[in-house]
Amino acid sequence: MTPGSTALAEPAPPAGRKLFNWKLLLGVIGVAGLLGLSLLTGVYDVFGADDGDQMFAITRIPRTVALVLAGAAMAMSGLVMQLLTQNRFVEPTTTGTTEWAGLGLLLVLIVFPSASIMERMAGAIIAAFVGTMVFFLFLRRVSLRSSLIVPIVGIMLGAVVGSVSTFIALQTDMLQSLGVWFAGSFTSVLRGQYEVLWIVALVAVAVFLVADRLTVAGLGEDIATNVGLNYNRIILLGTGLIAVATGVVTVVVGNLPFLGLIVPNIVSMFRGDDLRSNLPWVCLLGIAIVTVCDLIARTLIMPFEIPVSVILGIIGAVVFIYLLLRQRRRA
Amino acid sequence: MITLSNVRKSYNSEVSIGPVDLQIPAGGITALVGPNGAGKSTLLTMIGRLLGLDEGTIEIGGYDVTTTKSKDLAKIVSILRQENHYVTRLTVRQLVGFGRFPYSKGRLTVADEEVISRYIDFLDLRALENRYLDQLSGGQRQRAYVAMVLCQETDYVLLDEPLNNLDMRHSVQMMQHLHKAARELGRTIIIVLHDINFACHYGDRICAVKDGRIAEFGTPEEIMTDDLLTRVFETPVECINGPRGRLACFY
Repeated sequence: MTPGSTALAEPAPPAGRKLFNWKLLLGVIGVAGLLGLSLLTGVYDVFGADDGDQMFAITRIPRTVALVLAGAAMAMSGLVMQLLTQNRFVEPTTTGTTEWAGLGLLLVLIVFPSASIMERMAGAIIAAFVGTMVFFLFLRRVSLRSSLIVPIVGIMLGAVVGSVSTFIALQTDMLQSLGVWFAGSFTSVLRGQYEVLWIVALVAVAVFLVADRLTVAGLGEDIATNVGLNYNRIILLGTGLIAVATGVVTVVVGNLPFLGLIVPNIVSMFRGDDLRSNLPWVCLLGIAIVTVCDLIARTLIMPFEIPVSVILGIIGAVVFIYLLLRQRRRA
Repeated sequence: MITLSNVRKSYNSEVSIGPVDLQIPAGGITALVGPNGAGKSTLLTMIGRLLGLDEGTIEIGGYDVTTTKSKDLAKIVSILRQENHYVTRLTVRQLVGFGRFPYSKGRLTVADEEVISRYIDFLDLRALENRYLDQLSGGQRQRAYVAMVLCQETDYVLLDEPLNNLDMRHSVQMMQHLHKAARELGRTIIIVLHDINFACHYGDRICAVKDGRIAEFGTPEEIMTDDLLTRVFETPVECINGPRGRLACFY
């Protein structure tokens, strides 16, 4: 992103890093291959049957697009959240954001049973925003930056909100629907129902534009203020972006556990934390992991499917524990 | 010049500041010294607008810190606090690059890159510039932080105990770098120090803070007297003439 950086006759790369290089190209090709595989995987014979083309357009393409958008969105939300809380173990499913989005969705459906998908999403986004702010305010009040306490607080908060949702669902006979939403799955992604996911593409653009400010916020309130940034405004902005991404994904796909946690950590291990040059990598890796998990979920008990959140939960938990142990060793 | 007029702040039950009236002239190094809990860091943080005042005004180079826009102040004064622990994995060069944020808003220009290189060299960080901060020793990391605030190119630089956790060699090196920044780059440096001998040797002025007020303000020669230091630090102190200037003995 530094147009004239080649003019510097120094061996050291400039502080502003280049976005595109051959490695990223390889990554894009690899992910494209996975997506191609996703298009070809399924029980229905899209090439042999008469209405194969139609089925391909109705289910396969939407599903694959949804994998791209949801994978990128959740990985990115995790990254932004980790910067804002200055904590490596935080992401929308370990801070209660997803549970809040679920609660918002449930409340909208109870109050307006015939709510459109946009209305449901609005409910989920608002609840996700409120919930994430509650979490951030709590963190500021107790000023707990200890790396493990923060996600524990978040998981507790999420559990409480999840219990409230369960209680309300029990009272209103919606427990089964609740279970279906929370088990993140791309099975029901069909043409005409997933298009709102494109909103997260706008969120990705917005995150890219404010990437530097978010990185500075990741250095803490003092440093951010020192270089003349309004810290509280960045927190609000970042929370808003996370809430929109999480809300939309929760409504369309459901809960994608650990994705936002493992992806930024892996990218950071290899590339450090320059947000803007990392964003394409975070999006790519998020897409790759979700796609692989969805492929496993689709093929393991063919012709049936396992919710992708089950696979993600297992893989994510293993990586999470590895990261924890690794940090212990370093500390 | 930094001017504090009638500054008051109730920080917590232990530290309450003020009223403080103080004028720190531009140029050179001014050391803030005093016992623990005297309010040195609080004063510095207020000057650096990281902490609000309850009463009074602080002006830096004619700009009121409470009314001037934060992004404008970022080109006048920079502050480095004591505890800097980042979870963000940045290289030294990336960290120093954030010092250009007030000018470039993150989109570093070629000119910015040159400025960054200059400060990396100024603090002898060239060999380390592509290392991650978590791969550095405490002294190296501290140098990188100082490079970042110098790279902000502000006339006024506030540093809260930059010698904390540094050994003898690194402490001396750090003070020499700061001395050079004050002399060669014409910066006004306000620094909180614990070691009175460092303050005496490298400071152009010493400001002794006690119980939230300015106890004494003057040149090292004026401050380095037995009575004054004994009173401020509540510990018997004797000043002697060492081989390189006055020394306070309190061991």
